Amino acid sequence: MLNPDLKLNPKLFEADAEVKATRAGYGEGLLQLGEENPNVVALCADLTESTYAHLFAQKFPERFFQVGVAEQNMAAIAAGLAISGKIPFISSYATFSPGKNWETIRTTIIYNQANVKIAGHHAGIMTGPDGATHQATEDIASVRSWPNLKILVPCDSIEGKKATIAAGETEGPIYLRFTRDKTPIITTIDSPFEIGKIQTFWTSEKPVATIFAMGYMLYYALVAAKELETEGIQVLVVNVSTIKPLDENALLSLAKQTGAFVSVEDHQVAGGLGGAIAQWSTKNIPTPMEFIGLQDTFAESGKPAELIEKYKMGKDHIKAAVKTVIQRSARL
Amino acid sequence: MPQELNEEKLKDLKNKANKVRQLIIEMLVEAGSGHSGGPLGMADIFTAFYFHILNHDPKNPDWDDRDRLILSNGHICPVRYATMALSGYFPIKELKTLRKINSRLQGHPHCGSLPGLETTSGPLGEGLSQAIGMALAGRMDKKSYYVYCLTSDGEHEEGNTWEAVMFAAKNKLNNLIQVIDRNYIQIDGTTESVMPLDPLKEKYESFNWNAIEIDGNDIKSFIEAIAKAKLVPDRPTIIIARTIPGKGVSFMENDYHWHGKPPNKEEAARALNELRVLQEKIQNE
Ligand SMILES: Cc1ncc(C[n+]2csc(CCOP(=O)(O)OP(=O)(O)O)c2C)c(N)n1
Ligand SMILES: [Mg+2]
Repeated sequence: MLNPDLKLNPKLFEADAEVKATRAGYGEGLLQLGEENPNVVALCADLTESTYAHLFAQKFPERFFQVGVAEQNMAAIAAGLAISGKIPFISSYATFSPGKNWETIRTTIIYNQANVKIAGHHAGIMTGPDGATHQATEDIASVRSWPNLKILVPCDSIEGKKATIAAGETEGPIYLRFTRDKTPIITTIDSPFEIGKIQTFWTSEKPVATIFAMGYMLYYALVAAKELETEGIQVLVVNVSTIKPLDENALLSLAKQTGAFVSVEDHQVAGGLGGAIAQWSTKNIPTPMEFIGLQDTFAESGKPAELIEKYKMGKDHIKAAVKTVIQRSARL
Repeated sequence: MPQELNEEKLKDLKNKANKVRQLIIEMLVEAGSGHSGGPLGMADIFTAFYFHILNHDPKNPDWDDRDRLILSNGHICPVRYATMALSGYFPIKELKTLRKINSRLQGHPHCGSLPGLETTSGPLGEGLSQAIGMALAGRMDKKSYYVYCLTSDGEHEEGNTWEAVMFAAKNKLNNLIQVIDRNYIQIDGTTESVMPLDPLKEKYESFNWNAIEIDGNDIKSFIEAIAKAKLVPDRPTIIIARTIPGKGVSFMENDYHWHGKPPNKEEAARALNELRVLQEKIQNE
């Protein structure tokens, strides 16, 4: 069942459950930070409304900088602002930032430990009809290896707002990942959120597998867990809203509890959430694992729901992965 | 092969450009997402390319000696798809698959999906460098093909564009002709409010390019500019094509809000009506 301690959305599984894009949470969080801290500044590369930076730009025009279609310039200007005491938030589509400007961020923001928050929007195949050029499906892989970077992937718009605010209040470089389409609201304003903590959103008495989900894909994982329960298979579903640093203590107890893992992410299976957990578990407590995500392929144009099915990332694929992994763990 | 441009031919090209515009509207309303402003503004230039300027064979898109047409600002691909279909690269009815799952017509052009695209684009500022690579290869292989690269004003904000501009001049690439869609709009507003680019002709001239400025919705001026560009022996040429974004649909013209959205059903019907009136006008000219 949904973990009662976390005060999650009680209407989550109802047909009329509220939906909202996680990127809206970025806009609301940034606006609130702007009100609270005059050092917060924002930059955008000709995608102000798409990345919801317009809420901040309209309220604080003197603290908003339009750089034009120039993502490298945006990153380096932000580094300069941060080195001079400001707290810059930069936003674009994730394919372009941190994609196109990857090395600029690496040197001027990460290596410098400049206090810049990088918001990558339109992540994943959820970006839909624009096609693979605009669907960031390697962004986590491309930044995860940067030392001293924190990576946050909110599961819904409410958590998106909390993550943005927490990022602004935390010193150092942080990557935040957002999606374009409206997705179910899973949490409530009363749900706890903390950078570096993963939380079990679906609990069971005798779980046989743990599903780790990232971002809006958490919803599909929860639906899968609910359906599996009716089939007599009990699982845990964990919201991994911080990909880096991984919550190792929590991972250890989850591994001991179930002995089988499934990762679920709208990202390549290489180098993302699944990769991070597999690397950790191989060292600490080797655990059979299945990986839901893009299987070493680019996706294409289409409606998000169609793409999720075609690329085998939907609830039925998650259920099948759980069944496979518990057979593997039983054989051990 | 390029033919002589007489009155009859010019009228035929104007008719075709109008037809391309109608196809763009039909595609976009069916897709339910995509870009309107840029594609409509560039319909005259695409028509001039595919039906007059390019040395190409729609039935043999990989032909070695073809002229290369690189679309750097990939988001305006509906105009490329419509013109390609009209000139015989693929069936016109396939246009209705734009942006849908399993389609060859990706939301931003993917060369692995559809023959004849030369390369993949969408992320801005990357086309001119690739065009340069093709022009260099053509020179090395002693080919006589031309490389035409279409770019936008918005993507001139990318540093990569200017890296390419310097390289092309240094290497005297006279087999490279860039055409910029100078429509003065981008996503967040007018180009001059987002990041001023004028004076553009002078910028290019100081970077040692040959620069020609024309009305990009005047097919005749465009074709003449291409002919002039080919006479320059030692420099790449840019044709600064001043176009009207949304051209042909009154409520879309010069309004940056139409950069990246499709018409709804009612707007599409109005747009098609206006375009059909223009079509009659062209026929009675
Ligand atoms: C590298 C990169 N950054 C951002 C974008 C998002 N984007 C798509 S079109 C566009 C505006 C570009 O201006 P322009 O090409 O002049 O637009 P148009 O005239 O067609 O309206 C932007 C910022 C992109 N495609 N690529
Ligand atoms: Mg423009």
